[in-house]
Amino acid sequence: MQKATPPKGTGPLQKREAKLAWGMLAPTIISASLVVILPLLAIFWISFKPIQLADLRVPSPEVYERIKGKIEAAGDEAIYELRLTNSSRQEPLTDVTLQDVIPNGMTILELDQRCTLNDRDLRCVFGDFAAGYRERISMPFSADQAFVDADPNPRDSVAIMAGNSTSILLDGTFTLKNFQRMFNGREFWSVIGVTLFYSIFGTLGALIVGLFAALLLNKSFKGQGMLRGLYLFPYVTPVIAVAFTWVTLFDPFSGSANALLIQMGVLAEPINFFGAKPQALIMVTVFEIWRYFPMSFLFILARMQSIDTGMYEAADMDGASPFQQFWYLSVPQLAGIISVLFLLRFIWTFNKFDDIFLLTGGSAGTRTLTVDVYEQAFAVSNIGAGAAVAVVIFIMLLVFSIVFFKYGSQEEGL
Amino acid sequence: MKMLRIGYVTATILGIFWSAVVAICVAISLALLTGAAVTPGLLAVMPAGLIIGILLLITPKTIPARTYILAALFAMLLFAFRLSQPFGITLGEATIMQIFALAAISFGTVGPLKIMLSELPAGTLNRHEFEGSIIKFLTGFGYVFFTVVVAIPFFVMIMTSFKSQQALLLNPLDYSLDLDKGWGLFRSYVELFRDFGFGKYLLTSFFVSVMTVLLTLLFSVPGAYAVARLRFKGQAAMSRSILLIYMVPMIVLALPIYIAFSSVGLRNSIFGILLIYPVTTIPVALYMLQGYFRGLPAEVEEAGLMDGLSRLQVIWKITLPLTRGVAMLNSSEIPRQHLMAGSVIATIPIMLIFLGLEKFMTKGLTAGSVKG
Repeated sequence: MQKATPPKGTGPLQKREAKLAWGMLAPTIISASLVVILPLLAIFWISFKPIQLADLRVPSPEVYERIKGKIEAAGDEAIYELRLTNSSRQEPLTDVTLQDVIPNGMTILELDQRCTLNDRDLRCVFGDFAAGYRERISMPFSADQAFVDADPNPRDSVAIMAGNSTSILLDGTFTLKNFQRMFNGREFWSVIGVTLFYSIFGTLGALIVGLFAALLLNKSFKGQGMLRGLYLFPYVTPVIAVAFTWVTLFDPFSGSANALLIQMGVLAEPINFFGAKPQALIMVTVFEIWRYFPMSFLFILARMQSIDTGMYEAADMDGASPFQQFWYLSVPQLAGIISVLFLLRFIWTFNKFDDIFLLTGGSAGTRTLTVDVYEQAFAVSNIGAGAAVAVVIFIMLLVFSIVFFKYGSQEEGL
Repeated sequence: MKMLRIGYVTATILGIFWSAVVAICVAISLALLTGAAVTPGLLAVMPAGLIIGILLLITPKTIPARTYILAALFAMLLFAFRLSQPFGITLGEATIMQIFALAAISFGTVGPLKIMLSELPAGTLNRHEFEGSIIKFLTGFGYVFFTVVVAIPFFVMIMTSFKSQQALLLNPLDYSLDLDKGWGLFRSYVELFRDFGFGKYLLTSFFVSVMTVLLTLLFSVPGAYAVARLRFKGQAAMSRSILLIYMVPMIVLALPIYIAFSSVGLRNSIFGILLIYPVTTIPVALYMLQGYFRGLPAEVEEAGLMDGLSRLQVIWKITLPLTRGVAMLNSSEIPRQHLMAGSVIATIPIMLIFLGLEKFMTKGLTAGSVKG
C-alpha cells in the first residue's frame, strides 16, 4: 500500500484532508491488492513452474490408530497400532512428528523407540517419510479397570501429525517449458486469431448495433421507455440463462431456429450452429453483439440526449439532408464516446470467458485465450501452461490499457 | 442514386422490402404461436407490397378509410397470389390465429408504408424527401428488428419452461400453450423446487448477492467520496486507475486464487466467494458513485462543515442521504441449474430490480460517466 505523502509546504488542514482521503481509500486499496495485484504477480511466478493440477495437493503425513485384540478384564493385554502413511506418492516428507493423548488406563508395555510417553502424552519423532511411505507401529499394552470401564476408542483423541514438504509451488525449480510449448504449438496462434476475431467483430458489431438502437430511441414517443427497457434485457439477464436459451434455440436436432429456417425454405438441412467450424465462431460473436449492444446503446443514447437540438434546426435551415445531419453533426459529436466505448468494450470482450465457455465450451474453433487458460489449467490439468497463457493475456491487456489511457482519457474524462 | 430518387422507384422498393419484413415477422410469430408449418411466401408478398406501394403514392390522401381499403386489397392480393393459402397452410388449420395474422400482415404493411411514403411526390424527389422516407423505413425496420431479436429468446425461454421435453422434440416450433393442463403448466417449476432443491440455490444466491452489495458499498462509498471530494496528491491517478481493476480478466485471477483457496481449504465455500466477489464489483461501484458524488452540490456539504460537523459527519448526515438508491445496482449472481424454468426464475428478480431502477440506472450511468 502506498503511504500518504502530502506535499511539502501544505497546511495542516490539507494534510488532514489527504490523510482522511487515504484512510477512506485504504480498504479498497488493500482488498484490491490482495485479490488483484497479488494474484497477478503470482501468475507470473506460476507460469515459470512445471506444475500440474495434482501438485496442488500438499503431501501430508497421516495416521490411523486402532486397538488390536480384545480387552475383557483388567490386566488383559492387547496391541495399540499406529498406521502411518505419506499421502503423496510423489513427494517426500521431512521432520514428521506425531502428538497424541492415549486413552486413560492404558499402560504401554513396549514403547516404540522413536516415541516418548509422558504420563498420557505420546510424542513421536519419525524423521523423514519417503514418497508413498507406509509403516505400522505396534505397541503392546496392558489395560486396567479404568480402561475396561470406559472402553475407549483410541481415535477419540485425534493424533496430530506434522511434517514438512517442499511444494513445487514454492521451491526453486523454474522452467521455460510452459512458454516454449505454448509458442511452438500450432494451436496457440489459432487461439490468438480466434480471440482477435471475436474481440474486434464483437466490439464493432455491438457498437454499430448499439448506435442504430440509440438513433431509434432518441426521440420521444409513447412507449419509448418500455422499448428501452426491453432492449436492455439481454444485457441484464444472467448470462447462464441467455446462453442456455441460445443453445436450445440453435440446437441442430430440436432447435427452433433450424426448424424455422427449414420450414421457410432457407435451409435444406439443419445446421449445427454452435458445433461446427466456421459458423460456431460467428455465432458466439453474434451472441456477444446481441448481449452487449444494450450497453453501447445506453451510453450512446445518454450522449445523444445531451447534444443541443438547436444545431440540427440550424442545419435543417441550411438545407442539410437527414443523412448529412447524421454524418456531419451527430457522428463528430459522438466520436468521443464511441472511441471510449470501443476501447472499453474491446478490452472486456477480449477478457470474456463465461459466454463462450457456456455456449460452446471452446470447441469447434471458438477457443479464445481466456477459454484456453481454463482448458490448459483445468481440463489438461497443466496449471503452469494455463498460467503461461494468462501471462500472454495480461501483457496484451497491458498494451490495450496503455492505448486506452492515452486516447481514451482526454475524450470523455474516463 | 439519381435513378432511385424518383417517387415511383422509391415507393416500389420500400413497398417490396417493407412487406417482406412484415411478412417474415408475422410468419415467424404465427409459426411459434401455433406450431403450424407456416411459410412467409415472399414471392407472393413482395409483388403485393409493390402494388400497395405504388397505390399509396398515386391515390389521393383524401379518400375516406384509405388505409382500410388498401389493407383489404393487400389481403386479397395475398389470397390470390398464394392460391387462397395466405400463410402456406390450409385455412382450416388454426383459423382464428390465421385471421389475426392476416390482419396483422395487412395493416402492418399498409400502415407504416403509408407513413413512409406520406411526403413523397410521384416524380423526381429532392434529397430531403428521399432520405426522409428511407429513414422512416429504417426506423420502422429497426423497431421490428430489435424487438424480434430481443424478444424471441425470452419468449422461447418462458414458453419452454411451460412445455414438456417430448412435445418440443416432436415439434420444435410449437410454443403454443396447452391451457387444458391448467396448473400442470407450472410442472417444471414445481419439480425444480421439489426435486432439485432450487430454493436452496436461490437462497444462497440471494445471500451472496446481498452480502456482496453490502460489502461493496461499505468499501466503495468512502473510497468514492474520497476520490470525488477530497483533495490529495494522486487523486486523479486514483480515479483513473480504479477502472483498471475492471480490465483484469477474471480467469487470470481465478488461477492463483484457485490455488490459494485449495491450499487453505476455502474452495467451494461461500466465505471464499464473499472474499472475491465484492472486489470485482467495487471498481464499478466506486466509479459510478464517484460520478454521482461529483454531481451533488458541494455547497451543501460546505455549509455542513461551517456548522461544525466533521468530514465524516458530513458524509454520514448529508451526502449519503442524497445518494440513496444508486447503490443498489449490482446484483446479478446466478444459480447454476441448467433448466429454462431455472433461467426464468433467475431472471425474474433481476428484471424486477432492474425495471424498478431502470430510470435510476440510466441516470446513474449518465451521471457516472458521460458528461457532455
